[in-house]
Amino acid sequence: MIQKILIAISIPFFFLLQACVFTSLELGNVIPNLMVLLVCVYGFFYGEKTGAVCGFFAGLLMDIFFGEMLGLNALIIMLIGYVNGGFSGLFYAEDIRLPLILITLSDATFGLMYYVSTFLIRGKIGFTYYALNVICPEIFYTLLVSLVIYPILLGIDTLFRNYRIKKERESQQNV
Amino acid sequence: MSPVVKSKGERFTIPGKYLLLILTGICILLMILTYGTSVFDVPVNSAVGTIIVPFESGISRAGEWLRNRKDELSSVQSLLKENEELKAQIAQLTEENIILNQERYELTDMQALLGLSEVYNSYEKVGARIIAKDTGNWYTSFVIDKGTDDGLAIDMNVIAGGGLIGRITKIGPNWARVTSIISDGCNVSGQVASSDLTLIVSGDLSLNDKGLLSFSQLSDPDGLVVKGDKVITSNISDKYLPGLLIGYIDTIETDANNLTKSGTISVATDFSYLSTVLVITDVKNNDYE
Repeated sequence: MIQKILIAISIPFFFLLQACVFTSLELGNVIPNLMVLLVCVYGFFYGEKTGAVCGFFAGLLMDIFFGEMLGLNALIIMLIGYVNGGFSGLFYAEDIRLPLILITLSDATFGLMYYVSTFLIRGKIGFTYYALNVICPEIFYTLLVSLVIYPILLGIDTLFRNYRIKKERESQQNV
Repeated sequence: MSPVVKSKGERFTIPGKYLLLILTGICILLMILTYGTSVFDVPVNSAVGTIIVPFESGISRAGEWLRNRKDELSSVQSLLKENEELKAQIAQLTEENIILNQERYELTDMQALLGLSEVYNSYEKVGARIIAKDTGNWYTSFVIDKGTDDGLAIDMNVIAGGGLIGRITKIGPNWARVTSIISDGCNVSGQVASSDLTLIVSGDLSLNDKGLLSFSQLSDPDGLVVKGDKVITSNISDKYLPGLLIGYIDTIETDANNLTKSGTISVATDFSYLSTVLVITDVKNNDYE
């Protein structure tokens, strides 16, 4: 229960972190995409359903403040969370390569889908330019930030996992 | 048996696939409903206004502090050099200012004579602080800490550093989103101050990092417009008040049709270092009927 509350609070927290702090720390005119990072990691940790729900609310928050309409970011990030949930069976705490690969692919997917749904649709064709100047730098910066944030999220998750295991053992002993 | 049906003694759960379908449906429905309409604006904007916005103003101060530290590290050398240049510039500007002041007295006299009032200074303005910026890298918009409670409304123009920044496109009780003129796909009807020729100014993501805007549909057969000409908002714009400074012509090219010209404009204000803005509370009056 505490873990669920923590997950629910972390979404607006990461949104604030991105909108208020990381916008001042842009590198090469680009800021990292913390929302995709967070949803990707939650999907990977807790499975399809948590990933999809977290993605939906994270995207909705972005839509309310900065979107032209509600639902576009929500849809894209929800799908990312769901797909990443499919990999939750391959989760091992020691392995950092798979989550980093997943974050890279997720951010690339987000960039591509966002480009198609808001730029290509208006006839902005120069994909190479946007790929090189927006999507790739964003992925790189997101990866850089995830090297710091992923261990923190993993640490919190490990705490809860250990607590649950301890509790189960205790209840078994009582029986 | 359907997997959704609850059997005895089992907790009710929805399989992932169904959840995905439901959420996708909600998203698509939301997109259809909110595209071009504002059905949910009042409840949703008030809700996030009470929950999220109070935190934003606090946290954005932390962001500003970090940015200042980052800049301090990188800019001591360049600041010293800039300081020298600025001192020279001040001397030059003081001299120009004296001349301009003399001319202004003359202008005021003339205007009084003709019964014209000063347009630019007469707008009512309210100051506001930027508390959050766009979380994506595709568009340029930001959130300010004032909303309908402070008398702001949608379409009010926003200026900073003497130049036009954008206009309010979404509003809650204690926050408002400003879409800037450099945002991709944002169009402003402008005119060249010296010759009154109109043009369309559009934001373009590929020019943002150079501090430029693109312009098009300038009909200038006599070649009156040259590099460095001042571009202001035009009288015929429906959202922007007339006479606000947009920027200065940077490059001009004749289009393939040989009738119109297009090119780039350098923006008057540096958008990456904004922290406070002025909102003009006068809205352009379009009631012609």
